[in-house]
Amino acid sequence: MSTPLIEVEDLRIDLDARTRRVAAVEGVSFRIDRGETFGLVGESGCGKSITALSLIGLLRHPLSIGDGKIRFEGREIQNLSPARQRELRGNRIAMIFQEPMTALNPVSPVGRQIAEMFVLHKGKSWREARKLAVEALANVRVPAPERRVKDYPHQLSGGMRQRVMIAIALACEPDLLIADEPTTALDVTVQAEIIDLMKELCAARGTAVLMISHDLGLVANVCRRVAVMYAGRIVEERNSDDVFRAPSHPYTHGLVASLPRLGGRAAHGRSRLQEIKGVVPAIAHYPDGCRFNPRCAKVTEICRMVEPTAELLDAGGLVRCHHHG
Amino acid sequence: MAEANAAGDDVILRIEDLAVHFRLGGGLFGGGARTLRAVDGVDLELKRGQCLGLVGESGCGKSTVALSIVGLQAPTRGRIAVDGQVVTSDTPIDRKSFARVAQIVFQDPYASLNPRQTVRRTLEDPLRLHGVTARSEIDDRVGSMLARVGLRPEHADRYPHEFSGGQRQRIGIARALILNPKIVVCDEPVSALDVSIRAQIINLLLDLKDTLGLSYVMISHDLGVVEHMSDQVAVMYLGRIVEKGDWREIFERPAHPYTRALIAAIPDPLRRMPLAAAKGELPNPLNPPSGCAFSPRCRYAQDVCRQEPGPALETRPDGHAVRCWRAAEIADEPVAFTA
Repeated sequence: MSTPLIEVEDLRIDLDARTRRVAAVEGVSFRIDRGETFGLVGESGCGKSITALSLIGLLRHPLSIGDGKIRFEGREIQNLSPARQRELRGNRIAMIFQEPMTALNPVSPVGRQIAEMFVLHKGKSWREARKLAVEALANVRVPAPERRVKDYPHQLSGGMRQRVMIAIALACEPDLLIADEPTTALDVTVQAEIIDLMKELCAARGTAVLMISHDLGLVANVCRRVAVMYAGRIVEERNSDDVFRAPSHPYTHGLVASLPRLGGRAAHGRSRLQEIKGVVPAIAHYPDGCRFNPRCAKVTEICRMVEPTAELLDAGGLVRCHHHG
Repeated sequence: MAEANAAGDDVILRIEDLAVHFRLGGGLFGGGARTLRAVDGVDLELKRGQCLGLVGESGCGKSTVALSIVGLQAPTRGRIAVDGQVVTSDTPIDRKSFARVAQIVFQDPYASLNPRQTVRRTLEDPLRLHGVTARSEIDDRVGSMLARVGLRPEHADRYPHEFSGGQRQRIGIARALILNPKIVVCDEPVSALDVSIRAQIINLLLDLKDTLGLSYVMISHDLGVVEHMSDQVAVMYLGRIVEKGDWREIFERPAHPYTRALIAAIPDPLRRMPLAAAKGELPNPLNPPSGCAFSPRCRYAQDVCRQEPGPALETRPDGHAVRCWRAAEIADEPVAFTA
């Protein structure tokens, strides 16, 4: 097997709550190959975003990496000095965030924010970098890029801002693009355009994608493989087609079955939606045994006592459940 | 003002030519006042016991319509008749009698409940204001309402922060239903909730509709939810209805290019296709495009679309209505495209 582009092994992220330390993310392992698209799916608080931040060394107090290894091209990067991390970040690994208005600098023209990438990471002069910034804006299909480079973020619409974010992120042709809920703040027709654009640009450049979202359907549209997180753990990792056709973990199954799918009513009539009972547990109160057990339809005695390990599935992929199937 | 219902008329909500305009500017920074036409000539009907889905993206005016239906926004023009009560631009809204007929469930259960009031107080106040003063009756009604929305009696004396998002939305629903309204407007009732909680609230809303004989106006940008819940669907774009009809018609034979774009934008996990069927973003409502409002984004737009204002909403015999110059020509085009 070739060396994966990025490999996360048994990652634990600690949350320092004044009185005690709790694990917000535990036992998380996955790998992404060069040019591959991989999705992390889960609800708010499941740990998907902090897992992504840990990859680029952006965890800050009260969060820290407690244990585990993160390898980029086979080299451990979880203990790099801040300077080395900066070299990696933006240059080899780039990230786009949910709310482009807060991620962009409000008092700097967007062209300058793109040009900065070429100056800082590629050693270009500002004059050259400005030209490259216009090109970069054209690449993300911003109309009239030579005018738009002078605009400030507040002069752009939400969709245009996210295009600028993508231009910044892809400026140095990174090997990995992390997209954390990149379209959650956008309207659906604008989301459609941004997703198409991101997929197309990354495929053309061979950029690997780690996409983070609560929207399983959207992730499956972008990513070949997907991992579902619940309460700080990956509970299932599969090819995205398989996750929808035959989800293996009861939580994944619940998610897939609980949402009304477009066309479902026309095909099968209106049936009662399958509910997942209960609520998402708080980080400080993860239950013993399997973390999904209080909400699970298949729960038995062992689920309340013993935390299941990740098991390989015959059909490929991993699941963390005593009664998977 | 009361209006006698014609015998056999089971329309509980009728909106005719509703317009809500906001005047902006014309003050501090000089310049003339401009008019934002948030809602501009909307006609809608809701039959008793049915659910009307209202779909569109942010800024299309769907929430302004919602507020008008519950009497929280006065119309600039047009007429709203809710179960015999009529609101026009010159009849003042009688909020109190309106509150007994039409209620609203808001999107964000964190922002729409008073954090300093217990659940009991939130549910009691409307009862008192509407003349229910006997302690025993108040307690009965609060207790049975909590049970209806799936909360326990002891929840009555807790404050909103003690509840999860899903439970808070249950409280929001209880607050809306405590006066036994006939119409409930649900404005994005599940979009602020965790994905695994949404099904609980959707099921609850549908159960309550049946057991209490309610009629719903369901506002959402989530087409899956709208398809699941609605009998009739109306699609709004820039203050106007561009298409409306029976849910099956709208989702199986969408006629307006905007409806088609909305449907194509929903990722189908098992068919990986490009999602975008419309380009660009909603135009500035202060400066709407000439011609059909959707024409700058429409893949079917021709000269007529850019020059003539959008056509009138044309209703076919089956009740399916569409506002598009080219609806007949594009009817056979597939909804989703392969690039």
